[in-house]
Order: sequence, then C-alpha cells, then structure tokens
Amino acid sequence: MQVPAPFTYERATSVEHAIALLGQLGPEARVVAGGHSLIPMMKLRLARPEALVDINDLGGELSQIRVDADMLVIGALARHADLLASAVAGEHFKIFHDAEKVIADPVVRNFGTVGGSLCQADPAEDLSAVFAAVDGVAVLRGPDGVRQVRVRELHVGPYETVLEPDELMLELRVPIRPGGGSAYEKVERRVGDYPVAAAGAAVWLDGDTVREVGIGLTAVGAEHFAAPEAEAALRGQPATEESFQAAGRVAAEHCNPSADQRGPVDYKRHLAAELTTRALRRAAARARGQEA
Amino acid sequence: MTTVEERPHTGFGRTLRKEDVRLVRGKGNYVDDVRLPGMLHGALLRSPYAHAKILSIDTSAAEAAPGVKAVITGETLKGLGLAWMPTLSYDTQAVLATDKVRFQGQEVAFVIAEDHYAARDAVELIDVDYEPLPAVVDAKKALEADAPVIRDDKEDQTTNHIFDWEAGDAAKTDEVFANAEVVVEQDVLYPRVHPAPLETCGSVADMDPVTGKLTLYTTSQAPHAHRTVYALVAGLPEHKIRVISPDIGGGFGNKVGIYPGYVMSIVGSIVTGKPVKWVEDRAEHLMSTAFARDYHMRGEIAATKDGKILGLRVKVIADHGAFNATAQPTKFPAGFFHVFTGSYDLEAAHCTVTGVYTNKAPGGVAYACSFRITEAVYLVERMVDVLAYELKADPAELRMKNLLKPDQFPYTTQTGWEYDSGNYPKALQLAMDMAGYDALRKEQAEKRERGELMGIGVAFFTEAVGAGPRKHMDILGLGMADGAELRIHPTGKAVLRISVKTQGQGHETTFAQIVGNELGLPTADIEVVHGDTDQTPFGLGTYGSRSTPVSGAATALVARKIRDKARIVASAMLEVSPDDLEWAGDRWHVKGDPEQGKTIQEIALAAHSTLELPEGVEGHLDATTVYNPPNLTYPFGAYICVVDVDPGTGAVKVRRFIAVDDCGVRINPMIVEGQVHGGLADGVGMALMQVMAFDEEGNHLGASFMDYLLPTALECPSWELGETVTPSPHHPIGAKGVGESATVGSPCAVVNAVMDALKPYGVRHADMPLTPAAVWEAMQGRPIRTDLAIP
Ligand SMILES: Cc1cc2nc3c(=O)[nH]c(=O)nc-3n(C[C@H](O)[C@H](O)[C@H](O)COP(=O)(O)OP(=O)(O)OC[C@H]3O[C@@H](n4cnc5c(N)ncnc54)[C@H](O)[C@@H]3O)c2cc1C
Repeated sequence: MQVPAPFTYERATSVEHAIALLGQLGPEARVVAGGHSLIPMMKLRLARPEALVDINDLGGELSQIRVDADMLVIGALARHADLLASAVAGEHFKIFHDAEKVIADPVVRNFGTVGGSLCQADPAEDLSAVFAAVDGVAVLRGPDGVRQVRVRELHVGPYETVLEPDELMLELRVPIRPGGGSAYEKVERRVGDYPVAAAGAAVWLDGDTVREVGIGLTAVGAEHFAAPEAEAALRGQPATEESFQAAGRVAAEHCNPSADQRGPVDYKRHLAAELTTRALRRAAARARGQEA
Repeated sequence: MTTVEERPHTGFGRTLRKEDVRLVRGKGNYVDDVRLPGMLHGALLRSPYAHAKILSIDTSAAEAAPGVKAVITGETLKGLGLAWMPTLSYDTQAVLATDKVRFQGQEVAFVIAEDHYAARDAVELIDVDYEPLPAVVDAKKALEADAPVIRDDKEDQTTNHIFDWEAGDAAKTDEVFANAEVVVEQDVLYPRVHPAPLETCGSVADMDPVTGKLTLYTTSQAPHAHRTVYALVAGLPEHKIRVISPDIGGGFGNKVGIYPGYVMSIVGSIVTGKPVKWVEDRAEHLMSTAFARDYHMRGEIAATKDGKILGLRVKVIADHGAFNATAQPTKFPAGFFHVFTGSYDLEAAHCTVTGVYTNKAPGGVAYACSFRITEAVYLVERMVDVLAYELKADPAELRMKNLLKPDQFPYTTQTGWEYDSGNYPKALQLAMDMAGYDALRKEQAEKRERGELMGIGVAFFTEAVGAGPRKHMDILGLGMADGAELRIHPTGKAVLRISVKTQGQGHETTFAQIVGNELGLPTADIEVVHGDTDQTPFGLGTYGSRSTPVSGAATALVARKIRDKARIVASAMLEVSPDDLEWAGDRWHVKGDPEQGKTIQEIALAAHSTLELPEGVEGHLDATTVYNPPNLTYPFGAYICVVDVDPGTGAVKVRRFIAVDDCGVRINPMIVEGQVHGGLADGVGMALMQVMAFDEEGNHLGASFMDYLLPTALECPSWELGETVTPSPHHPIGAKGVGESATVGSPCAVVNAVMDALKPYGVRHADMPLTPAAVWEAMQGRPIRTDLAIP
C-alpha cells in the first residue's frame, strides 16, 4: 500500500471557513475536493501538503449546474458525473457531454470535480481544453473577496495556476450565445486514460460563415490549452471542410507537444490537426442542427 | 403439474464456483488480511538507479525514527550469509544490494516498524550514497564489447552473456532454406510485459522462538517448492517450515519465484522475535517482480511458391534482466520455446536462444506463457502471416493448407515434441464458419474501396502444458510430479488434498467435480484443501496450465483407488466376490442386479464400522497417489479477430473475436470459458496497450496503472466462443488444461488483424503494443522500438 507522508486534516463547514482555514494553515495547506488527483500524488509522495482542507461538505453551495441569465454556471464542486448527467449543460454545450464521456472512468467521475480538474492544471487535463474552447470564466474567492479569471488565463504552467494558496474556486461561468455548436474529440490508448491528444471546438455560425470560434487543445503543449492562431484563421471564413482543415493545420503548427510513451511529437502534432478538424466539423454540424 | 426435482450437482458440467461464495462477498482471506498478535510491518527501500555503485548507507536517522524496531541492510545480511539467494535458474540474486544496484526498484534496505506508516516514513530517512553507472537497457546491445558488465559480482563473468541454447537440426534446416523457393525474414519483438495481478506480492513471517517453527503466509503459486527452497537457502529444517498460501488474487506466473521481500519478512521475524508483514505497493510490484517475455526474435520462414511451408528458423535474444531468475525446467533455459514450429507440418526447424543480462528487473517465466510458448506461438503465427503477405495468399487458406492432419497424431515435431492428439482443420473451419469468414473478406474489400481500414486476423496455436514427465522436467532439481490425498469421512463427505494452488482458477470446484465424477458424490460434499504445506502432499504448484493435466490426473487416480477399495468393502457388505460387482457411476452393484448395490456413502460408513473387512483393505476409506505425467498435453485453438482502424488517428477497435478452443474434455465448461475470457482480454491488452519500456538510463516507464494499462470491458468485444473436444489419450479423464490457451493464442490474432487492416499501407509487421501512435508510425512506414522510450 502506498501511503502519504504525514499531514493534518480539517473539514470546512462553509466557503468562509475554508478560506479562513487556508489562511491559518499557510501555503503548505491544500484544498481537497474529489481527491482523485491530489491523493494519488500524495501517495506517491510527489505532493506533500502539510494540511488538507476538505471542502466536500460545501456541495450545497458549490455543486450546482444552472443557467443564470445568459450564463451557464457550473459549481466548482460539481462532479464529473454531475456534468455528464446535466441536461442543461448538454442543451447549451454538447462538448461537456462529449468530454465527460471520455474522462477517466465512472468511479473517478463520481468523485472528481470540475474545479479540481482545472486547479490541478495537469497539462493533459480534458476539461481545461473544454473550458478554453467555450471561453469559460472561473470565479475565485480569497480573503479579500471575489475575482473572475478567464480559464484561458488560469494556467501559468504545468500544475500551476494563478490561484493564491488561500483562494478557493467557486464556480465556472460560460456565456451562452445563439447559433452555436460544440464538440470534443480525444484519442486515448485505453478508455479512462489521459488523452494522447484532444481537441475541443465551439463555433457560432452566421448562415454559412463562422462568426465566432473557440478551439481548445490538451496534451499537446498548447499555451493556455487554446489555439488562438487557428481561431483567428477561421473567424469570418466559410464553415467548410477546407476551412476546418486549414484551421487544424494552424492549430498543429502552433502547439508544442513533447514525446512520451503516448507518442512522438509529429504524431501528436498530426492529432492536433486531425482532432481539431473533426471537432470543428462536428461542432458546425451541431450549430446547423444537423447532428446530435 | 410437473415438479422439478432439486438434485445436488455431481460430476462434470456447469455449476457455480464453490469459492465464489466467499470471494464475491469480500470474505476471502488474502495475505494482507492476515493479522497476528504483535505483528510488525516491513517496508523496503529501493534503488532509484538502474545501475549504480553503493558507496555508503546511513541508517541512523531511520533507526531513530518513532516506531522503528530495526533497519536491515545488505551488510547485516552478509554477516548471516543471506545477502544473496539462489534463483530458480541456478543464478544468484541479491536479497539486499551490497556492492551495486542493478535495476531500478532493486531492494536496498528493509525497515521494520510498529505500523506500515512508520515503516514507510523511515524508509525515506535512509541515506544512500550512489555512484551512477551507465546502464544496459537495450538487450540487443548487451553483448557489445563496450557494454558495462552488470554481474561483476560473479567470478568469471566478463560479459552480460547468460546462456546459449538451441533446438532442432541446424544443418537440415540450412539445407531446406537453401533449396526453398521462398524465404522471408522478419524481426519480431515480444516486448516486456507484466502479469499485474490485482493482488501484489507479500508475506507474513511468524518465527516461533520457542518451537523454532516458521509459519509463512505468502503469495505463492507453489507453496511446496517455496518451502523446500527456504529450507535449502536459510538452512531451516524443512519440517519446521509451514508455508501457507491463503486466497491469492491472481498470479499468472508472477508468484512462482521467491522475492527478496519474502526473505526479508522471515529475517525480520527472526531478528525481532515478532511476526513481520511485508506487502509491496503497486509501483514496487510493477518495477521489481517477475516480468514476462522480452524476446527479441529474428524469424525466417521457408516455403514453396504455392505456399507449402517447409522450414522455420529463429534466433532469439532473451532479456533476462539483472539476475537470471526465470523459472524453467533445468534442461530448458528458454522454457518450451522450441515448440515454435506450432501447428504445422515442417521438414526442418532450428532455433537458438541467447540469454543476456540487462539493468532491468529479473524474472521471465511469468504471465500465462506456458514456459515461453506464448513467444513461440506469436513468432510462428506472425511468420505465417508475413509469408501470406509476401505470397499474396489468404492467411486462413495458407494455414489450412499447412496444418497438421488428424491422421498425423501422435505427431513428433522437428524439435522433439510428441503432440498427443488433435484435429486442427476442424477447429479452424469452425472458427471460420462462426466468423462468417468469406462475408468478412467481402466486407473488407468494399471498405478498402472507400478508404476504410478493417482487418481480419487469424491465429492458430498449439500449447504444450502439464509439465511434466519427471525424467525431463524439474524446477531446481525437484521433479514435476504432484501428489493427491483423498479421504472419505464415515458419512460419505470427502476431503481432497492437493499440491497445486489456485489463484482464482476455481480449483475448489473443478477438483471436487473430478472426485464427484469418479465416485458419484455431490460437488458440494467434497472439500478441496490446498495452499498449506502442513496439510497437503508435495507437488510443484500451479503455473504453466499444469493443475488439471497433473493434479487433475492425480485426483482422478486417487479417486479410482478409493473406488477400488470401496469395491472390496462393498463385496463384504453384499457378501459377494468383488469380481461380481460392477460400477454404475455412483455405486457398486451386483452384476446384472442394479437393486443389489451400495453407494460410496454407504460403503464409507461400513468401512469405518464394525463390519468385518476382507483381505486387502485395512479399514476406513482413504488413499494417496503421486502422478508423474507420461507426456505433456497439447491443447490447441483457432482464433479470429476483426478490427477497425481509424486511418486518421491510428486507433484500433476490436470489433469481434472468435475463439475456438480444444482443451480436451471440459470438466466445468463455465470455468473453462471464464479462463478463455480472461486470456483473451489479456491478449487484447498485450497486443494494443501494454509494455514496460525503459529510457536510456534504465528508468522504468510503466510503474503505475496510469502507464501500464490493463484492458477494460470497453476494449473487449463480446467474445464468441466455440469448442471442439479431442481428448488427451494419456490423461485419465482426457483433459488437457486451458489456463493459458487464450493468452498464448490471442495476441497474435489481434496483431495479425491490425496488420491485415494496414495492408493498403504496405505494412507487413509492427511490434506490440499497437497503440494509436505505433499504428500511425507503421502507416508512415517507420515502425518503432516499443520497448524503449519514444524519441
Ligand atoms: C484513474 C484516473 C483517470 C483519470 N483520467 C482522466 C482523464 O481521462 N482526463 C482528465 O482530464 N482527467 C483525468 N483524471 C483526472 C481527474 O479528472 C481529476 O483527478 C479530478 O477530477 C480532479 O478533481 P478532484 O476533485 O479529484 O481534485 P483534487 O484531487 O481534490 O484536487 C486537485 C487539485 O485542485 C485543488 N482544488 C480542488 N478543488 C479546488 C477548489 N474548489 N478551489 C481551489 N483549489 C481546488 C486541490 O488543492 C488540488 O491541488 C483521471 C484521474 C484518475 C484518478
């Protein structure tokens, strides 16, 4: 049995309490949500927090998935399984269901949370690419109050975010705009595996023209999990196969994959193009109401 | 109204597994469930380097840590003469490293503490000063002149060479090749994989300081062999050692050998006077315990232009890791690899195998391989497909043309095996019919027109299981015969004691059924006792699909001894001559008068009663036997796999898998099918996702289940199973063994299917695992070395 190094444990009873605990316990304290990234790292002793602040009792406040005016709001403590089951999330952004179907396995999905996924900032995290594609905004709260950060600005490097040690992610907000469709495409070595590469796309069409587009990429070293050059190349173009392939090529050019046991650099780059194209194709079809 | 009579199950056929009553309720008793009063906990410090000199080890901080009882290093062991232990292949292995570490994850020090947490925390406080050395990672380079010598501990060992071994007739094979119309050559790697049982290895050692008796609860597939080895290694008297293998959560050959951790729990118990538990974690298990395969093969196949296969030649470099700890019969350092002529009628064959040391974990028998037959079958079945590719022949037709014919059995192969029985064309035809082979080929042709990639893979295998005849087969000098003891209680309930040890295969059910079939007793009335050396007869344990062929035979024969005794008792009860009795499946009765008979239960009571017994029986109803198999048994099968490959990503989806198995007589068809299901899943895993690769420093790149992937239900299609039954002529019940058949036969079917799909890209071969990346690379015309870090 792998066992973590010694640590202390506190259970937060409210958001305020959690933030206060983080402040008292200092920078070596960590929030634990689903624990499915943090605990394995602790067992391998790659992470050695001195204290854990468990936020699992804050579900009432932090796990809702709802529409608030023109925003889809997803609580940070919503489980992967909640997002997968959420009709309202699927109604506005099919990409969430596409992605959640291929994240981990049912056991992990029952526990792992949306906020934990984004805060973990694993360079192969699926939801980071999803929220980059739909241009979500994270709502963070610290001792000095609340601030909002675009998910595209949340990650500063592998396993690193802009969150302060005593800041809590409360929820994610995604603007709902008409005429949109979204999709997610992932290649994995086996179900439940982190991606070899994956791409998410959200497009908004004006007739046959791409009015707005978001492209997210993961596991291929794309800065902030996004492909802004490809988006720029596609914006205003006709929503055709040629445009999607061209955007895919641009996305591939601008990412920076590294070789590992999942594959060599050129393969991952190839996938960035292929999966971006596929995601765009499906997102556009959905925007046109042609595909479920 | 009709009523259904509820009759207890007796004999062969489908019946629920007796052991599942406890296992599915979580009431199994595994090594880690063993908790003894006063028990301490051990943890190992392991090497972070693949190859490094140990300059010094400082244990003072660890010794001072709270809860720590003792810290043991190789230096401590040296004093006891225990720093090195013998392996099952006449080599030595470090228990704890003294001079050098030779693979990443090697055992360096052992901490004993009051609980597992304290032990783990203290392990981190041990300070080892290493001087890193260049590592030998690529087996193909291990024998190069400038390769660092790994085993400089051994006198006379100046290279990384372990052994050269050959089988077959080299000259005759050369001649066949020289005259052949077609010769095709192919490099084929069967990469290093790991058995990865869900239960890792562990032990609880309890040395009683008063009686001097050692009780060892341990994850062992071969408890008797382990006891004998401990007696020889540690100099403990064998009658003072009791090895108990409780429930075992999977073995697949991984739990055949003896690991340093087991030895350290024993040493720990001797040193502290308390029971000591050691259970490794997943990463330790994947990094340090017996791997499988790692065969670098160059195959050559010779044939006529119209596809008659004439000869096979293969050269192998076998990567044995840092210590030669493979478990093979003494005469066969490459196991049964020389069964590589497979299921075909050849004129000549020859193989050479060179074993080499590398800076990787030792092992090599493991993983349901029937002593290297997995590698052999993979090689020949790949070569036949490579030949089909070159001849533009249909792989099923090519096989049909070359398979051994039923009238050729018993058949002696070019490398000396005597195949006992078989009807190969029938099995292949059945598989093709089940698959709808012609329709599949038609569908494939249509799909190719549209640029879609679909592949149909065919594989045929012959297994050689049930090791084995004592004259030829042993492990460390211990002949591979197994005992059985059967006792019928006065009330007609039975206890069978066997030497083999289930790791999930269902022995408690199957072996009860064998007894039930011989004596007409309900399965539920027969208790099977195993896994405790104080309670069972000697034998070499469960691996190589040997339990049913060897211990199953012993069980049938010991039951027949009882039946013969029962006949004499029945003759006294019925006051007739034994010769006047005949056996009716569950009773002895007077010939021609079924009413005048006695069941085994009635006879058992009489045998324990005051009844005066005739000459030749001593009373009670029990018997013992030892079975020395006259030959191996040769199960076989025909597998067909259908895959779809995504041309844009290289991702492979196994759409269908048809498996026709012939394992002779099936005792419990449900259990047989379960074994086949598991083996097929294994095969999909090895073919598509599993490998233990290493980077150039010898770092293990697959030491967790995030990196070493086990297939799930989603990668497995709904298996389509078929059977033919060709009984073994020399086995008492005609059974052949099936535990490893599917693992042996399936990887090649999957790989052949993927290669078949990639034909439009001119791909003839690519090595396992065929991950999306590997498939894509093959499509680009540059297959990769899957056992090294991806550049
Ligand atoms: C077997 C397995 C397979 C997986 N497969 C995939 C996969 O295919 N794709 C994929 O993308 N991911 C995968 N994952 C990762 C999974 O998505 C994440 O582990 C998980 O959901 C992270 O959420 P959590 O709630 O468990 O986070 P935790 O482990 O609880 O926390 C992770 C980090 O986030 C911080 N944190 C958590 N919540 C908050 C908060 N509200 N505010 C501030 N900080 C917070 C923690 O302090 C910690 O640093 C897999 C994980 C496992 C175990």
